[in-house]
Formats: sequence, C-alpha cells, structure tokens
Amino acid sequence: MASTEPGIEGLAHDPRYQRLVRRRGRLSWLLTALMLVTYLGFILLVAFAKPLLAQPIAGGATTLGIPLGLGVIAVAIALTGFYVRRANAEFDHDVDALAGEHRP
Amino acid sequence: MNGTTNWPAIAMFAAFVAITLGITRWAARRTRTAADFYAAGGGITGFQNGLAIAGDFMSAASFLGISAQIYADGYDGLIYSIGFLVGWPIVLFLIAERLRNLGRYTFADVASFRFAQTPVRCFAAVSTLLVVLFYLIAQMVGAGQLIRLLFGLPYPYAVAIVGVMMTLYVLFGGMIATTWVQIVKAVLLLGAASFIAAAVLWRFGFSPEALFARAIEVKTAAASAAGATPIEAQAAGRAIMGPGGFIKDPVSALSLGLALMFGTAGLPHILMRFFTVPNAKAARSSVLWATGWIGYFYILTFVIGFGAIVLVATDPSYLTPGGALRGGGNMAAMHLSHAVGGDLFLGFVSAVAFATILAVVAGLTLSGASAVSHDLYASVLRRGRADQAAELRVSRVTVLVLALVAIALGILFEQQNVAFMVSLAFALAASANFPVLILSLLWPGCTTRGVVAGGAVGLSLALGLTILSPAVWVSVLGNAQAIFPYGSPAIFSMPAAFFTIWLVSRLDTSGRAAVDRAGYPAQRIRSETGIGAAGASAH
Repeated sequence: MASTEPGIEGLAHDPRYQRLVRRRGRLSWLLTALMLVTYLGFILLVAFAKPLLAQPIAGGATTLGIPLGLGVIAVAIALTGFYVRRANAEFDHDVDALAGEHRP
Repeated sequence: MNGTTNWPAIAMFAAFVAITLGITRWAARRTRTAADFYAAGGGITGFQNGLAIAGDFMSAASFLGISAQIYADGYDGLIYSIGFLVGWPIVLFLIAERLRNLGRYTFADVASFRFAQTPVRCFAAVSTLLVVLFYLIAQMVGAGQLIRLLFGLPYPYAVAIVGVMMTLYVLFGGMIATTWVQIVKAVLLLGAASFIAAAVLWRFGFSPEALFARAIEVKTAAASAAGATPIEAQAAGRAIMGPGGFIKDPVSALSLGLALMFGTAGLPHILMRFFTVPNAKAARSSVLWATGWIGYFYILTFVIGFGAIVLVATDPSYLTPGGALRGGGNMAAMHLSHAVGGDLFLGFVSAVAFATILAVVAGLTLSGASAVSHDLYASVLRRGRADQAAELRVSRVTVLVLALVAIALGILFEQQNVAFMVSLAFALAASANFPVLILSLLWPGCTTRGVVAGGAVGLSLALGLTILSPAVWVSVLGNAQAIFPYGSPAIFSMPAAFFTIWLVSRLDTSGRAAVDRAGYPAQRIRSETGIGAAGASAH
C-alpha cells in the first residue's frame, strides 16, 4: 500500500506535520502514563495499604477509599475530556491545513 | 422469581423484541453494501457511537455481577468495576483515531496494513474468534440462567431465544441494526439503573453517608445474628467500606489490572465500532461519550449494591430461610428493583436485562462473522478479489454457524463455572491483539514474522497459563493445586508478546521484512492525518 504521490512525500518532510505528530504523540503518551500511574497506584494501595483505604473520613461511615475509588473514575473521564478538547481545538485544525495543501 | 412465569416481564420483553425487530427491518432495507453490513456505512455520529459502545460494553454480567459483588463484599466490587473503565482512556490516546484512519471493517485491516496479508489476517481471525467465543459462552450461560429465573423459561429455551434473536438482528440488519439495538439497550439500562439508584438515595435524603452508615448497621446485625461477638460483628460491618479479599496477592492484582486496562484496546468487537463513524474526530468523541456513560453506570451499580444491602438483605421475602438471596447471588439488583418499584418495575428491569444480553451477543457475533468473511474469505482465500455479494453471503452463513455453536456451547456449559471466561477474553486481547496493534502502528522496524510470532506467543501463553491457573485447573478441572498460582496471566503473557515481536522483527532479514519496513512512512502519515482514509460511505 506504499504510496509514492508527491503530495504525500512532501507531507512527511513538512515541518508542521512533524511538529503535529510530535506534539500529539507527546500528549498521548503523557496522558497514558498518567492513567497508568493513577490506576496502578490505586491497585497498589489496595494491595499494600488496606487500612488506609478503610480509614473513616471525619469519624463517619464513608471511608477514604470511596473518594479515592470514585476519584480514579473521575480522572479517567477528565483525562479523556482533556485530550478531546486539545485535539478538537488544536490538532484537527493542523490536520485540515496540511490535508488542504497535500492532496494526494 | 423462582422459575414461575413472570407475565409483566414477558410482556415488556415482547415490546422490546417488537421494537428491535422493527429496527432490524428498517436497517435491512438500508443494508446493501459490505460497508453497510460491517460498519453501518460509516454513518453513525460520535454521540450515537458512544452510546452504542456503552451498550456493547455494559453487559448483564456487569450490571448484575458487580452489584451482587458489592451486595456481598461492599468496596471490592468498586475495585473490580474501576478496572473495566480505565481501559477507555488508553483506547482513545493510543488506538481510536489511528484505527479509524487506517481500517475499514476489522482491526485486522489495521494490524495487516503494511504486512503480508495472509499470515497476519489468519492470526487476527484466530485471535478474534477465540476472544469472541469465550466472551460469547460467558454471555450465553449467564443469559440462560438469568432468563430461567426472571421469565420462568427452561434453560435451553432461554439460550435458544437469545441465539435466534441475535441471529435475526445481525443476519438481516448487520451493523446498522446491531448499533441501534445497542443504543436502545444503553438508554434503557442507564435509565433503569438511574431510577433504582435515585430511589435508593431518596430514602436516605440523598446522603451517601447515611446509606453507608445504614449498610454497616445491617452487616453488623447480620454478623451478630450469625453468632459473632460484638467486636467481630462491628469489624464485619465496617469491612464493606474498605478493600477485602478481592486482591489476594499483588501479582494477581497487577496482572488482572493490566489485562483489563489494555484488553479493552484489543477487543475486536469494541474496535470494530470505530469503523462506524465517518472520521477520526467522531471516533474521538465516541470514546469520550462512552467513558462518561460507562463511568456513570459503574457509580450507579455501586449505589445499587449498597441499596441492596439496605433494602434487600433486611426483607425476608427476598431471602431463603438460610438468609441467602432467592434465585442466587446475582439477583441482588433484581430484588432491589422490586423493592423500589414493585412488580411492574421488576418486569421492566428483567426485560432490560434480557435486552442487555441481546445487544452484547449481537456485537460479538458480528465481529466473529466479519473475521471469517472479511479477513479469512475475502482477504486470504480470495486475495482481496471477492465480490461484495459473495463476501456478505459468507458473513451471513458464518453468523448462522456462530449462533448454532453459541447455542450448543451455552447448553453444554450450563453446569460449568464460566466466571473466568470474560477475564480470559480480556487477557487474550491484552496479550495478543494489543501488542500487535501498538507495534505495527508505532514501530517502523516491525515485520510480518514479528507480529505473527509475537501474537501467537501472547495468545497461547495467555490461554495456557489460564488453563493452569486456579480458576480452571482447580475450579473446573478439579485438580488439588494450580500449577500457575496467579489469577491472571497478562503480567507475563503481554510482555512476552511485546518481546517476541521485537526479537523476531529484529532478526528478520527476509525480503518481506524489507517491504514491511519500507511501508511504514506512508502508513504513519495516513494513521496520523487520515489523508487517504476510507471514506464515510461506499455509496
């Protein structure tokens, strides 16, 4: 499927394309790492710090584990939302501009 | 509820069947091309696809199983459900947009993009069929047992009805009908679960603290009644608010965590949903909607589980004389829906649970059928020269075969413990499909031999270690001690797959390897920008 159209060839060397791929790649891996650390950190707390998670908040029935667990859900949704915002505001615009100039 | 015929439930289920068959009829008239059949013509919006993904992913097992786990052990159920959510951001950050830009109908389109078609497509088809089959058996057995309880139908009839319904949807309506059945089901399930959770919270002045406090009292009283000392009883009551026995050892915990987190990004029936939207932007917004709906749903199941502790465990009419749930452990959410909404609402929720199963198995069947017709028949056997009508015929025959196999296996496995099958499907997807997809997308040095060898290693290691693990070796095969001591194989099989792909690709000096590597720059541009991607619609 290797394409040799001049438009596509030119695109690979376009500095704006290289910048787009670099920035988007950095953001994707950063957010992936954040999600991984958040979730695996939570699992390690569950494995090694059970008493901490079972600690009641302000002497009530609710424990520290509840906001932490719901927090992992909130982080997953928030990171997803953050990526979509950045992509809609920035990356799509760059892709459209590049696609307009480098029609295959 | 104990196998007696439940007429309101049957009436409401009949209404659901009538609506979905109407959708199927409408979809059948719109299903003309292969693009319509596999990918709904690429005409689904991001919002619709997000709901359909949620409908594909929120199975009856998670609605009934996780709420039942919370009813029994409290907090542990939340830990489990979180694992199913955290895979979604990974799908978005690494897979979704590139998948949409490169593929047309199946994830194998993407995995084989720059490689030799025959070996990679064969691997992808085997892996898809294995994942689909294990997932399908778990759904069918769960469906049979659930429907026997809720509707009073004999087990084989229940399994056969599920098989026939999913065949009708997929055979005639293809992806268009499957998508809309999933959307209708997602709306019904989210609506029903929201109502139950709101009804529970309303009784506690919308204070979760008051709900938790009452749940601790109930569990403490139950432990006292079972003969515990006051101090033991208090500890048993408080235990539901923190992690308990769910995590046995850190290795199993991390391994299951990895399988759930990266397995989502390798489930073929989930990946297929990204081809139903017109472009990468819509693929992106579908993940955001799906993550939101699924996260919201798991918060609801948490409230529902605690609501069941408070409202079901205290009402003898839902319990056997011994104090267990009538109809088995998974019935906590069903009894709770009766407690908050009476007979009619129980009937409604029963119909929703049935609908939930149908929507999930329809998606699985379509994915399995496309692996046979699009990957094996059209791409391997006919070398990409099959005409559309023949390819669709093969797909429809496969749907029939898969339905018969699913019904037969569902009946065969009735008495088996199939709880391990869903986590096995996730482990296979994380250990085979995910490494193959990621490295073929992002590593220029990756070759045909590398992905096939690595995928095969990941697949067989995940399968083999699961058979040797306690869930199968002890619980199913009846041996005294498991050879592989951990709960999930992913922590070993996933790195083994990545390593094998890397090693074999590095050592690969074949002529094909040179072609594979030379194809990377063009693939990269298309995956990053979508320039040259398959259009929204074939007509």
